[in-house]
Amino acid sequence: MAYPYEHPREERMLSRYFGEVDAIGIDGWIERGGYTALEKALGTAQDDVIQVVKDSGLRGRGGAGFPAGLKWSFMPKDGKAPSYVACNADESEPGTFKDRELMRWTPHQVIEGIIIASYAVRAQHAYIYIRGEFVDIVRVLNGAVVEAYERGYLGMNILGSGYDLDLTVHTGAGAYIAGEETGLLNSLEGRRAEPRVKPPFPAQKGAFGMPTTVNNVETLASVPHIVLNGADWYRQWGTEKSPGTKLFSCCGHLQRPGNYEVPLDFSLKELVYDLCGGPPEGRELLGVIPGGSSVPILTVDELDCEVSYEGIEAAGSFLGSGGLIAMDDSTCMVRAVRRMVEFYAHESCGQCTPCREGTSWLTKILRRIERGDGREEDIPLLLDVGSNMAGSTICPLSDSAAVPVVSSIQKFEDEYMAHIRDGSCTAKR
Amino acid sequence: MSDAMHAAIAGAQPSQRAEKNPDAPLFEGVYKERFDSILTRYPNKRAALLPVLHMAQEIRGWISPETMTRVAELLELTPAYVRSVASFYTMFALRPVGRYLIQVCVGIGCDLCGAEEVTERFLELTKTRIGETSDDGKYTVVEVECLGACAFPTVVQVNDQVYENVKAEEVESLLKELD
Repeated sequence: MAYPYEHPREERMLSRYFGEVDAIGIDGWIERGGYTALEKALGTAQDDVIQVVKDSGLRGRGGAGFPAGLKWSFMPKDGKAPSYVACNADESEPGTFKDRELMRWTPHQVIEGIIIASYAVRAQHAYIYIRGEFVDIVRVLNGAVVEAYERGYLGMNILGSGYDLDLTVHTGAGAYIAGEETGLLNSLEGRRAEPRVKPPFPAQKGAFGMPTTVNNVETLASVPHIVLNGADWYRQWGTEKSPGTKLFSCCGHLQRPGNYEVPLDFSLKELVYDLCGGPPEGRELLGVIPGGSSVPILTVDELDCEVSYEGIEAAGSFLGSGGLIAMDDSTCMVRAVRRMVEFYAHESCGQCTPCREGTSWLTKILRRIERGDGREEDIPLLLDVGSNMAGSTICPLSDSAAVPVVSSIQKFEDEYMAHIRDGSCTAKR
Repeated sequence: MSDAMHAAIAGAQPSQRAEKNPDAPLFEGVYKERFDSILTRYPNKRAALLPVLHMAQEIRGWISPETMTRVAELLELTPAYVRSVASFYTMFALRPVGRYLIQVCVGIGCDLCGAEEVTERFLELTKTRIGETSDDGKYTVVEVECLGACAFPTVVQVNDQVYENVKAEEVESLLKELD
C-alpha cells in the first residue's frame, strides 16, 4: 500500500523513505546513506555516543518522554555482567501506528539505531519485542535482521570494531501491557506480561535480572540521524525541552488520516486542520485526543498550542505516543469513552485491585449510561472510581483508564446528561 | 529475504496459518531445528516459551492441554505454569478455531469509523456469533483490540493476512476471496 499522504510542511527525517519500496532492503538502505552512522558510532567511544544523544535532548517516543541519553547513562560501564537492549515494538496504544510504519518501510533505520544503542550501553544481545499481531511486519524485520547479519552489521566483530552483538526478533502474543517496559521484560522472559514494581529499574535489574535498556522504535530510529549529524543539527527542530521531529499518527474523523512527521514546535491546530485536512465535509470537530487514548481529550477550542511535550501539557493533555484521535460531531462521546475504557478493562493484567476492579466498574457504569439507564449520581460515581484508580497501582494502565472518563466528563458533561436525563444522544448522525 | 533459516529468526515466524493439523507431531524435523535454534537465543529455557507456543500453534492450529504438557516437559516448566502464561495472551487459542480466524479491530480508531457494522456483516454472512466457529469449521469471527493501523479503518486480520480500509459492503467479497 502506497504511503497515503504527504504534506510539504512536514519535516521528514524519520519518514523520508516511507512509501519507497526500494528503501526496505539493505542495498537500497545503504544507497540512501544507511549504516554510515553505525560506522561513525563504532569509531567513537561509547560514552561519547551517549553524550551526543544526551545533548540532542531526544526524549522517549513511546509515551513517557524520558530523555533517552540519560536512560542510557544509567547502564553499568564495566561491561562485566551480561546486559541487554530491548526495542519496544509492542505498539498497542489505541490510535498509534507510527512504529508499524517505521518498521514496515525502514526496518534498517530501526536496526541501525538498535545496534548503535547497544554499542553505547555495552549490551551483548538486543531483542526487538514486537507485538504478535504485526505478522506482516515480523516478516519484514526477519528479512532485515538476516541481511544485517550477512553484511556484518550484526554478529561477531561488527565492521572490524571488536564489538559483538546478537539481535533477536521476539514476538509477543497479544497483551497491551507488554508495552509497559517491565511488563515487556517479564514477557520476554517467558512470563505473564505483568509489570514489575520499580525500583529496581531495568538499567539495574532488567531482562533475566541483568541491566537492560528499553527504548521505543521511534526513539531508536532517531538515533542514527543524531549520531551522524550531531546534537545541534537535531536541535534545529522543536523547542529547548522538546527537540527534534516526531511522527504523529492521526486517525478518526479526518479528511487525510495517516502519519505526519513535524518538528515538535509545530502547531497542533495546523496539524489537525491543514495536514490532516480537518473533519470530513459537512462535519465539525468535537475534540481531539492528541497522544493515544491514555491522554486527556482536548476540545476544538484548546488546539491552539504547539505539539511539544510542554505545549500540549499546558493545553491540558499530553503528547504521549503521538497517536492523535479526532472525533467529529457524529461521535457519541459516551460510546467512544466506553469503548476506550473497555479496552483497558480487557488489557488490565489484574495484579492491582484498583485497576482490575476499577476498569470493570467504569465499563459497567458507562454501558448503563449509554443505553439510557444511567442515573445522575453516576457522574460523581465515575469521578470517584476514577480518582481511586489514579496513582495507586504498579503501572500507569489504571491511571490511563480513568483519563478518558474524567476528561470527557469535564469537557462534555452535557453529552452524559443527555443520555441520563432524556435517554438521548447529542451525536449528529 | 534469504530462504536459509537463520538462527536469529527461528523463533519469530508469523504463526497463524490456514494449513494446520491438530494431530501433527510437535517439534520434529524442521520444527526440531527451529526449536533448538530458539533456545540458543535466550539465556534460559523459560524465555523460549512464547516462541515455542507460537510454533506449536503454527503446527496444530491451537494450544491443547496435551500441547501445553509437552511444551512444559521440553522447557522444564510445569503444565500449570505454561497454562498460566498461555492464557494471559489473547493470541494463543486454547480452543480450536475455524480455518479462517477473522479478527475485526474494534479499537477506538476503527470504532469511530464503523467497525461495528463490519463485525455485524461478518457474523451475518458466516452465521456465527462472536468467538463461535461456523458449523462447517471454516470461520471464527472475533473482535480484537487495536491492531495498530488506525488510519485505515476498519482493519481486519484473517489468519496472518491484514486487510485495511474494510467497509461493511466489502465483507462479502473479502470472504469470497478467502476460498
